[in-house]
Amino acid sequence: MVHAAYLMPLLPLAGFVVLAAFGRRLGDPFAGWLGTATVGGAFVVAVITYAGLLGKHAGPAREVTQNLFTWIPVGSLQVKAALLVDPLSVTMVLFVTGISTLIHLYSIGYMKGDKDYPKFFVYLNLFVASMLILVLANNLLFTFVGWEGVGLCSYWLISFWFGRDTAASAGQKAFLYNRLADVGFLIAIFLVFDKTGTLNYLGIFSQASHISSGARTAICLLLFVGAVGKSAQIPLFPWLADAMEGPTPVSALIHAATMVTAGVYLMCRISPLLALAPDARIVVATVGAVTAFVAATIACAQQDIKKVLAYSTVSQLGYMFLAVGTGAYEAAIFLMVAHAFFKALLFLGAGSVIHGLHDEQDLKRMGNLRRYMKITFVTFGIGWLAIAGIPPLSGFFAKGDILDNAFARYRPLWVVGLVTALLTAYYMTRLFVLAFYGDDRWRESSESVAAAGHAHASAAHGGAEPHESPWVMALPLVVLAVLALIGGLLNLPGHLHVDPLGWLTPVFGSALYDAHQSGSLQWTLAVVDGVVALAGLGIGLGLWSRRTENPALEPMVLQKSYFIDEIYDAVIGRPSESASRFAAVFDTKVIDGAVNGVARLARGAGGGLRRIQTGFVRQYALGIVIGAVALLAYMLTRVS
Amino acid sequence: MSIPGAWYLALGAVLFSIGGLGLLVRRNVLVMFMCIELMLNAANLTFVTFARMLNDIGGQALVFFVLVVAAAEVVVGLGIVVAIFRRRRGTTADDLHLMKG
Amino acid sequence: MHVMSLLATATLVDRITFGIGATIVILGAIGVVISRNPVHAALMLVMTLFGVAVLFVEEGANFLAAVQVIVYAGAIVVLFLFVIMFLGIDRQENLAEEPLPLQRPLAIVLMVFGFAGLLVLAIGSKWSTGAPSVAGPAQNQQGGDVAAIGRSVFTTYLFPFEITAALLVIAVVGAVVLARRPRHPSVGDDSGVDADGSIVSVVSGDDDGGIDSTGSMAAAVAETVVAAQSRADADGGTETGADTGTDSGEGAS
Repeated sequence: MVHAAYLMPLLPLAGFVVLAAFGRRLGDPFAGWLGTATVGGAFVVAVITYAGLLGKHAGPAREVTQNLFTWIPVGSLQVKAALLVDPLSVTMVLFVTGISTLIHLYSIGYMKGDKDYPKFFVYLNLFVASMLILVLANNLLFTFVGWEGVGLCSYWLISFWFGRDTAASAGQKAFLYNRLADVGFLIAIFLVFDKTGTLNYLGIFSQASHISSGARTAICLLLFVGAVGKSAQIPLFPWLADAMEGPTPVSALIHAATMVTAGVYLMCRISPLLALAPDARIVVATVGAVTAFVAATIACAQQDIKKVLAYSTVSQLGYMFLAVGTGAYEAAIFLMVAHAFFKALLFLGAGSVIHGLHDEQDLKRMGNLRRYMKITFVTFGIGWLAIAGIPPLSGFFAKGDILDNAFARYRPLWVVGLVTALLTAYYMTRLFVLAFYGDDRWRESSESVAAAGHAHASAAHGGAEPHESPWVMALPLVVLAVLALIGGLLNLPGHLHVDPLGWLTPVFGSALYDAHQSGSLQWTLAVVDGVVALAGLGIGLGLWSRRTENPALEPMVLQKSYFIDEIYDAVIGRPSESASRFAAVFDTKVIDGAVNGVARLARGAGGGLRRIQTGFVRQYALGIVIGAVALLAYMLTRVS
Repeated sequence: MSIPGAWYLALGAVLFSIGGLGLLVRRNVLVMFMCIELMLNAANLTFVTFARMLNDIGGQALVFFVLVVAAAEVVVGLGIVVAIFRRRRGTTADDLHLMKG
Repeated sequence: MHVMSLLATATLVDRITFGIGATIVILGAIGVVISRNPVHAALMLVMTLFGVAVLFVEEGANFLAAVQVIVYAGAIVVLFLFVIMFLGIDRQENLAEEPLPLQRPLAIVLMVFGFAGLLVLAIGSKWSTGAPSVAGPAQNQQGGDVAAIGRSVFTTYLFPFEITAALLVIAVVGAVVLARRPRHPSVGDDSGVDADGSIVSVVSGDDDGGIDSTGSMAAAVAETVVAAQSRADADGGTETGADTGTDSGEGAS
């Protein structure tokens, strides 16, 4: 049963091919159903594979390699296209395929009427196939194939409405940031091959202790550079906010649940190596914690509903890296799964809101939606509570797990994490209140919307009542809400041990850090977490339920995300531009000048020499005589 | 014996130099041609002198050929001169500078 | 070979002959260079040639002396005079002016150097290498120098002899074609007449048997040349451009 694993990337890939060829003919909505079916099929296979793996004994028996074909056989470098089926990858594929199926379903309704409807599912299917390859690959290079594939699809999907300049630029920005980070990934691959002679994960881990510690740290840090780009950590995070230009299902799937988690997954995958590189771990944890805090502060001041969620994603990813840095890989995966559920839920809910309000995304122009969109209101509320860390939803347990480990390992980072938890609760409450409570601000804004020249001129509908979404969109919301509610069961601390995730422990083996804290300490910390979450919630309610404008709380610094875009532009963008301009000028003036100069020299020399040709025969005769006399003189010197 | 060959050679040198000077200085085409003939004669003289000095008849044979070739050259050259100057009034070599680069 | 010692062995007759011959030669040469009238120059040339013939006899090359007089003085110079008279270019040349800059000083300097160098070479070097002669001895031959030359030309130098014979034929043909008179233009021809009213170019003659091909090629060339000439004429008074006869350049090749 485990050997059905290859079907998982294959089904969406087949869907991609079929849709690419015939999508336009299949049209709206059949193309969408086909796309959903392939991904759903992949989910079924994932479940089968899971069952198959459960049937084996825990430990090495659960590391199944499935060879597909030999991809690059060059001398000592033998790279195979092969899949590694172990608990970690199966966990990943389960929630990736599951959430992808739900979001595909959702998109059938959301993208209805779009003129490029089939193309959307083409890209989405390819994305899922690439993500599955990334997760299932058994060697660094094959992972990189999936890595690049998701980056490419992300670019396509962000700039799906490429007629819009902002969307096109956002796609480019995402791609460039990712590509920059990939340099680190590539160098890491080179280094790994140099030091170990293999790119196979299992092979690398078996040799991990034989590499010098400096090399280990370097490899881990370089792979972390790649992860920083893919998972939008400092300093490569600005692209994620701009990526919100894409359709909301894209934001939900790619930029909340799956692609951005690839970085965390990578770091978890190399945990045996990371365990032997303590310096790298500190860097990872610190970057994660700082990013979590900074992103949370930025989210507090954002006015676009999707931007708040985007920075929230960055913040939660920071938490995951904090966990990885601490050595608490299980906690990181736990948060990843729980976050996938509730963040996807929140995004899809936001999509529902946007759809219902005819493409309105500004929080200040929403309000009182609970009256008009009940299902969305309830499910969004569940997501809100989950992410805020309110017990007993999944977010509380997941975040608590991470904070416990941080407390045990890096106390200062624990403080940062706790403050961030407060901020998280606060800004999510702000968002919830502004959108669903208060007055019907969307009614007043119909004229100002027209005046502002909103891109989607559905201002004609402005003032009409927002409607609830169709069932294809509502169903995924409900499913995800349920998962967000009960997801906490996956890894309850202490004695409430359902713990199917305990099966991850052998994967991380000795790398896994378990904060063996006493039961009372654990309860104390849990209470602290809960109090902090409730405090944030309360502050948010207090500040925002009555007033919708609090300029002091939304300073420009935060709205512009600490002016990071401007800083990058000034420090990197402008100098590169001037360097390019200099190079261009250098090329035309110096290099072309040299080449043209040679030509000019030849012409000039020719022009100068041409003056010897006076046309007067007598002067030619003179020239001959000069030559003859010179020859004579030479002969004289040779005569004895 | 007779006059030492060196004197003939010196005479040849003088004749050659005068001919060369005339070629460079005169502008009339035909006079230039005549100066060329002078130079050829100087060469002939030298050849005959060497035939005597080295006791080799080849020198005189060569003069024979030089004479023939000089004659042919004059014929063709004057043919060209005729062709060029048939219709013009100026006759100096300086008038033919159409090949100016 | 010390010059002075050998002089002692020369007879008086030899010395006088040499002296007279040399004088004639040099005076003639100077005369050629200095004469303003080309006819005078031609006559001075004849004088030089005679002097050279005398020197040939003095050196024992009797045959060559005769040939020199017959061919050079008798044919070539006559040809010169013919052309002078035919073209009417016996105008006096103004020897005092020299339009080309530096021509005269350079010419004088160079010729002086050349002369000095030749002298050094002639007198200062050893010419007798002792190598055996190629074509046979010159003095005291059976039949005299005529037979000697004849023998060498027809045996050792047979090939050059044949070549020069061919050369003569070519020269004759070339001269005939070069000096041919240009054809008359047909009535409908639109090529212009140049400034001094002479015939300019032709397109096709009707009485020219087999030479039409050259005619058209030559006509094309002629038109180009005429255009150049008219342009040059428009620029300034001096006549420029070689307005060759229509057949001149093409027919010879």
